[in-house]
Amino acid sequence: MSRFNEANEAIAHEIIARYPRPKSATIPLCHLAQEQDGYLAEDAMAHIAELVGITSAEVMGTATFYEMFKLAPVGRYVINICTNISCQLVGGEELLEHAESTLGITSGSTTADGLFTIEDVECVAACTEAPACQVNYRYQHRVTPEAFDTLIADLRAGRRPEIPDHGTLGATRQHISEDRVANITPPEQQVEPAWYAARNATGGESA
Amino acid sequence: MSESPRPVTIDQPVTITVNGSEVTAQKGELLIDACERAGTYIPRFCYHSRMSPVGMCRMCLVEVDTGRGPALQPSCMLECGDGMSVDTESAKVRKAQDGVLEFLLINHPLDCPVCDKGGECPLQDTTVAYGPGESRWVEEKRHYEKPIAISATVQLDRERCILCDRCTRFADEVAGDPLIHFMHRGSNTQVNTFPGEPFSSYFSGNTVQICPVGALTATPYRFKARPWDLEHAESTCTTCSVGCRVSIDTSRDEVLRYNGVDSDPVNWGWLCDKGRFGFEAIKHEERLVAPLVRSGDSLVAARWNDALDAAVAGLRSVPASSIAVLGGARLTNEAAYAWAKLAKGVLGTDNTDCQLGDGLPADAVLGLPVATIDDVCRPGGTVIYLGPDPKEALPVLFIRLRHAIVNDGVKVVELTPQSTSLTPLAAASLTYRPGEAGVLAEAIAAAHGAGAAGVDAAGVDAAGVDAGRIAAASDLLAQASGPITVVIGRPSVAESASTVVDAIGAIVRRFPDATFLPALRRGNVIGALNAGLAPGVLPGRVRRADAAEWFGAAWPRVPEVDGEDAAGILRAAAEGRIDTLVLLGADPLGDFPDASLAEQAFIGARRVVAIDLFLTESARRATVVLPATGFAETDGTTTNIEGRVTQVVRRVTPPGTARSDWQLAVDLADRLGADLGFESLADIQAEMDELSAVHAGLTVAAAASDLDGVVLPLVSATVADPAEADATGSDSASASDSPAAEATAADATVADEPASDADPETAADVDDGLIPAPAPLAFVAPAPTTVPALDAYAARLVVGSTLYDAGTMVRHARSSAGLGPAASIRLHPLDHSQLGLGTSGRVRVINGARSTVLTAVADGSVARGTAVMIGGLEGGDDSALIDVTAAVTDVRLEVVS
Amino acid sequence: MTEVPRIVTSRWDTLDAHTIDGYRRSGAYEGYAGIKAALDRSPAQVLDEVKAATVLGRGGAGFPAGIKWGFCPPGVWPRYLVVNGDESEPGTYKDRVLMERDPHQLIEGCLIAAYAIGAAQVFLYIRGEMAHAQERVAAALNEAYAANLVGANILGTDFSVDIVLHWGAGAYIVGEETALIESLEGNRGMPRLKPPYFPAAKGLYLKPTIVNNVETLSNLPWLMVHGAESYKSVGSEASPGTRLVAVSGHVNNPGVFEIPQGTTTYRDLFYGEQYGNGIRNGNELKMFIPGGASAPWFFPEQVDLPLEGRTVGAAGSMLGSGAIVVMDETTDAVKACLRVVRFFARESCGKCSPCREGTSWEEKILQRILDGHGRPSDLDLLLDVADNISPGPYPVAAHPDAGLDAVPFPPRQTTICPLGPSSVAPITSAIRRFRHEFEAKITRRNALPVSAAPAAPAEVAP
Ligand SMILES: Cc1cc2nc3c(=O)[nH]c(=O)nc-3n(C[C@H](O)[C@H](O)[C@H](O)COP(=O)(O)O)c2cc1C
Ligand code: SF4
Ligand code: FES
Repeated sequence: MSRFNEANEAIAHEIIARYPRPKSATIPLCHLAQEQDGYLAEDAMAHIAELVGITSAEVMGTATFYEMFKLAPVGRYVINICTNISCQLVGGEELLEHAESTLGITSGSTTADGLFTIEDVECVAACTEAPACQVNYRYQHRVTPEAFDTLIADLRAGRRPEIPDHGTLGATRQHISEDRVANITPPEQQVEPAWYAARNATGGESA
Repeated sequence: MSESPRPVTIDQPVTITVNGSEVTAQKGELLIDACERAGTYIPRFCYHSRMSPVGMCRMCLVEVDTGRGPALQPSCMLECGDGMSVDTESAKVRKAQDGVLEFLLINHPLDCPVCDKGGECPLQDTTVAYGPGESRWVEEKRHYEKPIAISATVQLDRERCILCDRCTRFADEVAGDPLIHFMHRGSNTQVNTFPGEPFSSYFSGNTVQICPVGALTATPYRFKARPWDLEHAESTCTTCSVGCRVSIDTSRDEVLRYNGVDSDPVNWGWLCDKGRFGFEAIKHEERLVAPLVRSGDSLVAARWNDALDAAVAGLRSVPASSIAVLGGARLTNEAAYAWAKLAKGVLGTDNTDCQLGDGLPADAVLGLPVATIDDVCRPGGTVIYLGPDPKEALPVLFIRLRHAIVNDGVKVVELTPQSTSLTPLAAASLTYRPGEAGVLAEAIAAAHGAGAAGVDAAGVDAAGVDAGRIAAASDLLAQASGPITVVIGRPSVAESASTVVDAIGAIVRRFPDATFLPALRRGNVIGALNAGLAPGVLPGRVRRADAAEWFGAAWPRVPEVDGEDAAGILRAAAEGRIDTLVLLGADPLGDFPDASLAEQAFIGARRVVAIDLFLTESARRATVVLPATGFAETDGTTTNIEGRVTQVVRRVTPPGTARSDWQLAVDLADRLGADLGFESLADIQAEMDELSAVHAGLTVAAAASDLDGVVLPLVSATVADPAEADATGSDSASASDSPAAEATAADATVADEPASDADPETAADVDDGLIPAPAPLAFVAPAPTTVPALDAYAARLVVGSTLYDAGTMVRHARSSAGLGPAASIRLHPLDHSQLGLGTSGRVRVINGARSTVLTAVADGSVARGTAVMIGGLEGGDDSALIDVTAAVTDVRLEVVS
Repeated sequence: MTEVPRIVTSRWDTLDAHTIDGYRRSGAYEGYAGIKAALDRSPAQVLDEVKAATVLGRGGAGFPAGIKWGFCPPGVWPRYLVVNGDESEPGTYKDRVLMERDPHQLIEGCLIAAYAIGAAQVFLYIRGEMAHAQERVAAALNEAYAANLVGANILGTDFSVDIVLHWGAGAYIVGEETALIESLEGNRGMPRLKPPYFPAAKGLYLKPTIVNNVETLSNLPWLMVHGAESYKSVGSEASPGTRLVAVSGHVNNPGVFEIPQGTTTYRDLFYGEQYGNGIRNGNELKMFIPGGASAPWFFPEQVDLPLEGRTVGAAGSMLGSGAIVVMDETTDAVKACLRVVRFFARESCGKCSPCREGTSWEEKILQRILDGHGRPSDLDLLLDVADNISPGPYPVAAHPDAGLDAVPFPPRQTTICPLGPSSVAPITSAIRRFRHEFEAKITRRNALPVSAAPAAPAEVAP
């Protein structure tokens, strides 16, 4: 798998244009690649490197720092089970064990049918709704073993349409239409905003 | 660690207290450096004085009190401020440092006995000095696949790595090749390359040198020696003419390794890989070990007596004008002088040229005010760059320029026929039509005259560059603070040197106080030019005509007429006018831009005497071949591009019976019944000191100089005591009034007294006191070259250079051979598609009767109407196309089916 | 108890509060009235108002926002505003709710802050794993741009600023502000050393940058509408306003609550009906984390402390990110300690040797102890390794029974950022209180039967 397809390359350019320096778009573009391929392929990293003007090694250096980028294919559904303290206190580890035995895999691996990957993860910010997990980063709160089994059954049966395949993060993207852009230029081309100087001088009236 | 603290000029002194004693430091200087200069060494792993501090390893923690009570702080990140108080030895500091060391060791394999670094390893040394006696770690250590090759020359053992960020920082920050990077996170962090994209940087070897453990090792050195068996000696790399200081590591009469030495005005400790691994060539088994003399179709080994006789046979009773000496840029200054004396002072021929059609006329190199590398890199300065791609030709100059641009706000205006490694860094890069550098330079000068507003009205496109860009470049130059510096050389050998000289002329007229740094790449080409190995000049940067009387009084004779340059010599040979062609480390058949002329010269010359290290293409066709000594096999001095003279040292015995070049000059003179008067290097140096204007005072100066050497011409023969100059750094800086003088004072090599022409007269006084000293050579701009218009069916050729060409030394250095790019001809994508080829295909490249077949590649960085080749590649055949008598090389392209 | 104004949660009961219409219609103020109020004043006046209100940062350090904004060096441009929505500190769960339920409030807060400091651009950095929050903020931004509330000529005035939504990708350390900036530049999220890289002076692209937490900024619209005086009428003098806290663990009613700062006590939170409503199963409280996993633990003696930065600090811990984790008597102190330490070991960025190597060493020792392979010297070793990451004495709560005083916050460090030293918090806290539990696990090893024959013959694979 691969470089960006044409549509995604266009989105990539739109994303890059939002930053004062192209390199800032590296992480969003890694997400975009993962959305396209389900994981972050080598060719995609090389393509990102070209688009933002850095080396492939730099893209990979950045990408491998972050938990979410998978450099090899993973299951269609990545299930992140939180075992951190708040979840641990109310059954996070037991949920993980239950998931492992139900799916017959250990955390960090993928079921043979390629549907599920389980991960033992750190706090997902749902501490008061523990034990919690995420499926492709969609929250599941207060997950009992039974609730987990239902979740799996539903996913297998295609009954959870709100959960996209692994890689897709926001179903809604930010879009800034050209006529609404205020001022996105490299830092070295920026000066004091005119409104700031004027309004401080006049005590708030617009100039 | 072998690195020294970052050099500093104290002009804003602050007083800090280090372990109870007051110390003067420069405001803002890093504490770790200030302490070291004051004699208190703080252990460190990540800090390197030539890179930005990152504060990662935490080994340099010391207790610092800035008024709010003592706290542990990394001394590599902390800038000195007045009143700062530092304790580097408190119990807290010791505990913290011991703790850090223990952390670094817990996952380290401790395989010192089998590690290249063992014995010279900062981690090992620090452990011995500060470390815990025993390990409290009982867990399993981190494991990685044992060494992985991250490039052709560098191996990485991730288990030994302590993640100091030195190699990765170097790659990114210094070399600009961020091809190795930290990957993964936390305790899984490792250094690695992107799959399939090795760390193929020209500078990769530096990472091995700066790695504070044995994680990075150089393939050519792996398992070759133990550090305690090595002897070190400082010398100067002569692979190119930047003059990087190196330490030569030898053991049992064998060179095993070079390391960079931190010379502040030159290389800052860095080397390029070609230089670093160049020792592989000098100990190559194909080195010539005995003289060879032609016998019919073959060369047979001969005794020195017979070979020398055979060599002088063609020199003895022939007219001086039928003798020519090509080459000399490989030689030491002393050898070059000895050969100049032999050729000009004994044989009486002025047909000498140490450049081989790839250089500039002697007056453009020797007759312009010189800029040093530091001048060019002066913070905030402005530079015109008109020369070969520095990364390919003079790699460490590129590193210095890159640093100057990225960190010190230096603005470069690049004039070039093709994009280079400097292009993305340059403030302005103007791509001129090959051959029209002069036209472009004139246009820039004119645009300035028009004033910022007038530019648009007056501005016209010139040399294929649009008026707006010309005006912008001109503005940049007009806004320069202080005099501009100009780097000059040959961006392409497919355009004549005269086209570059035209540009220099325009620049000199527009910027009368500009100074110039020649970017000529051959090892000691500047030394050879200073010694007079060029037509029309004599040693000391003087014209033959002006200095004939001066040298006539000291030498047996001087040439009566100006001789020919390399092209002229070869043409003369081709026309049968040369009896003996002496090749002084020159290989015209392999190395002259016009192969057809070189070939005809070999057919036409009656005898060829080759003095070389290897049996080059040309040596194979010689009448007599004399084996010479190579790098590390001979003592002497060398001169870099800025005129800096430094030592080269002999560390190993030359192979077989090879003799040093100066000795050969003496031997040949001997046979001719002349006495050069040289029995030792010191004799040659003494004569240079006495007769050559630029070398006057050199012996005294050199003796007193530090590793940085001295820059010619000497401003004064009086040399300040470097220690004294250091101590009074601020005084001497304030005493001087020009930036140049300041730089000199900071270098602490030469006292800043006004230049004096009196020195040669002193020499003359010593001689006989009657002959006036010859005037120094001055650059004279010749009439502009006429460049023909480019017709619509042709492409104008650019032949640039590459570091790993198929030159003799590269071919004989195992690590470098094969690293060069594949030969091709690159065209603008539109020109390429007009040929109707696919993404690439074969084309016949034709220049009149000359032609060759190459792969054509589309390349967006090539200008329309231009065709770009890299010179000197295996199968590249660029020299088959070039006619050195033409100003430019226009070629037609035909698809080969 | 008097009714507390809901400053940042006033729309949490409104189902469509995440839409621009819902936002304008509901809540304790009219949506986007705050920025209008700000635009009627000069940027300097807005800054003064925020200073007067003493809006303490809600990201962890509790530094007053107005004072921080004032650190931007005069005359250096551009200035950037970066919103820290990376919320990853274990136990912390509030910014996500703010972003999911009331994204326009945050956007409005960004506008007010950008106006006050003269920002050229705002980057809203949201933790990568929070897909829903991203969707909500993206949609809200698209609406706000379309409604002339963000971008060029906001509300028809000369005030113009862009807000760019940025996704993180999973790394706790990126919550640290300089690491956040590195990440926003496209790099590995490794913190920069302060000094010299104080973001307000040298931040994003080495330009002056203000980093504020989501909750901090979400306070601003209310403040602009109601004024500093009203703001200060809530909470305590030193800690005005409200604060979002997440009470998790062994309480009957875990949840995210908006409470007056400085006056509410931990007891109120654990036992109050509208809050935690008591420890589960009527169990005894064993210990609690008063301010996120990085905070040293508190014990029953500290439950009557008010949630007030200075008081909690003097008592040996911190308020941090408002994450309170309650542990009852059934909790295994060693296991809990290991879990928190493991978090820091896994999340260390790897830059500083003591953190990179030390946190995973701590984890390994603790794991060994928990697995029954501990050695008697391990506790001293563990404490000494910890001491090499954070040279002691480490902040810790008083232990009156043992006659031990509190060591006040903050800890010292041999590292660049406080992550490594944070790993020491559970270790010193737990060992000081429950050394016997650790020792029991270590000495149990001696009690294990030593027999020549294994209990069951190992299965040998063919
Ligand atoms: C390891 C570490 C993690 C942090 N994580 C967060 C975080 O997730 N969210 C946050 O707002 N601040 C976090 N902070 C605090 C930030 O560095 C910074 O102080 C804060 O964003 C400033 O915003 P405020 O002044 O509005 O509180 C963290 C700090 C550290 C040292
Ligand atoms: S303390 Fe840990 S997380 Fe913080 S910068 Fe150092 S290594 Fe990274
Ligand atoms: S040398 Fe200072 S932290 Fe490494």
